[in-house]
Amino acid sequence: MEDPYKALGVARDASQDDIRRAYRDLAKQHHPDLNPGNVKAEERFKTVSAANELLSDPEKRGKFDRGEIDAAGQERAPQSSYRDYAEGDAGRRYGRSGPKSGGWSAEDLGDMFGSIFNTDHRAKAPVRGRDEHYSLTTDFLDAVNGATKRLTLPDGRTLDVKIPSGTADGQVLRLRGQGGGGGNGSPDGDALIEIHVIAHRYFSRDGQDIRLDLPVTLSEAVLGGPIEVPTPGGPVRMRIPPHSDGGTELRLRGRGVPAHGDRAAGNLYATLRVALGKPDAALEEFLRNWRQERPADPRRAMEAGR
Amino acid sequence: MISIEVLVTQISGLQRQDLERWISNQWVRPDGRAGAYAFREIDVARVRLIRELRDEMQVNEEALPIVLSLLDQLYDQRRRMRELGDALRRAAPDEVRRTLARHLADQTGIE
Repeated sequence: MEDPYKALGVARDASQDDIRRAYRDLAKQHHPDLNPGNVKAEERFKTVSAANELLSDPEKRGKFDRGEIDAAGQERAPQSSYRDYAEGDAGRRYGRSGPKSGGWSAEDLGDMFGSIFNTDHRAKAPVRGRDEHYSLTTDFLDAVNGATKRLTLPDGRTLDVKIPSGTADGQVLRLRGQGGGGGNGSPDGDALIEIHVIAHRYFSRDGQDIRLDLPVTLSEAVLGGPIEVPTPGGPVRMRIPPHSDGGTELRLRGRGVPAHGDRAAGNLYATLRVALGKPDAALEEFLRNWRQERPADPRRAMEAGR
Repeated sequence: MISIEVLVTQISGLQRQDLERWISNQWVRPDGRAGAYAFREIDVARVRLIRELRDEMQVNEEALPIVLSLLDQLYDQRRRMRELGDALRRAAPDEVRRTLARHLADQTGIE
């Protein structure tokens, strides 16, 4: 039998208050009804209670101190604890779902098994593979006309990506089944490929139309004539009308972005830019002696300094 | 089944008026009605527990309902666990029980 002073963790000359306080602290920790199923706590509580029984009574404590009784003699006959009932069927009386309810409700089952079944479900349900994201950079003309590009993936696989004609910068192509592998026989994910289009030196894109600054010579502008115009689909011959000033916009119908999907082919708009090049002596001579019938000021519409 | 008069003499330090307050607070729920209560063993044990909580562990009556509610939930869960254990013992083949035990022993607290 453990020494009751040691059991309570107090000195032999502890006051009655010290003993009471020590017992309360230990009872809070080890009370068996607060520690159901914990045999150690139960044993500890028995020892502590017995020690308290002995030492909290000054008369008994004196007898023990003088050696007239030993620690064991004071152990109280065990009383049946609340937990002896609470855990059994009788405990339903104070259960949350009321005294009458026996058996498990659906919620009870869900509470205890929900997580198990859910985990199970998750593991067994087909898991579609992840979509993987890639990006692919392409020339302007390949994007307008369409092309097939080979993309090397980080895992070493290669994908032949068919870029449809009319693909715009930032457009995302979806290649079905080329993404991450699916689990449990479910479909693979897709590869999502964002297309980046490199700007062209001459062409620019405006929806389905293509725009182009087209240099012409002075005589082509003034006299007109046949010229060759580059288009995404290859050079096209056309005739410039006489007196086509710089800034004149010529339209080549159907020579923009080719028809794709449900979109009709766009137009090509060529804006004329008069390019003099290096003037020769004859032109200089002509201009020196040139007397314009109606002198023109192309800057008249501009306000000075603005 | 014992009456309130007998109960009060059985539990040292228990005042009848305290017990009647606990009953009206629904902390103890004996059979019968006021003036003719009948306490089962579990009711007696619960009264003893409440008295110990209050007098020896100094859980005051303001805090007692919280403590009792948590205890009731704890015992509900333990009863469920016991019932689950019983059901497994009756219904689950040895192999399943061994597998379950192995899985539970492997639990590390993560997933």
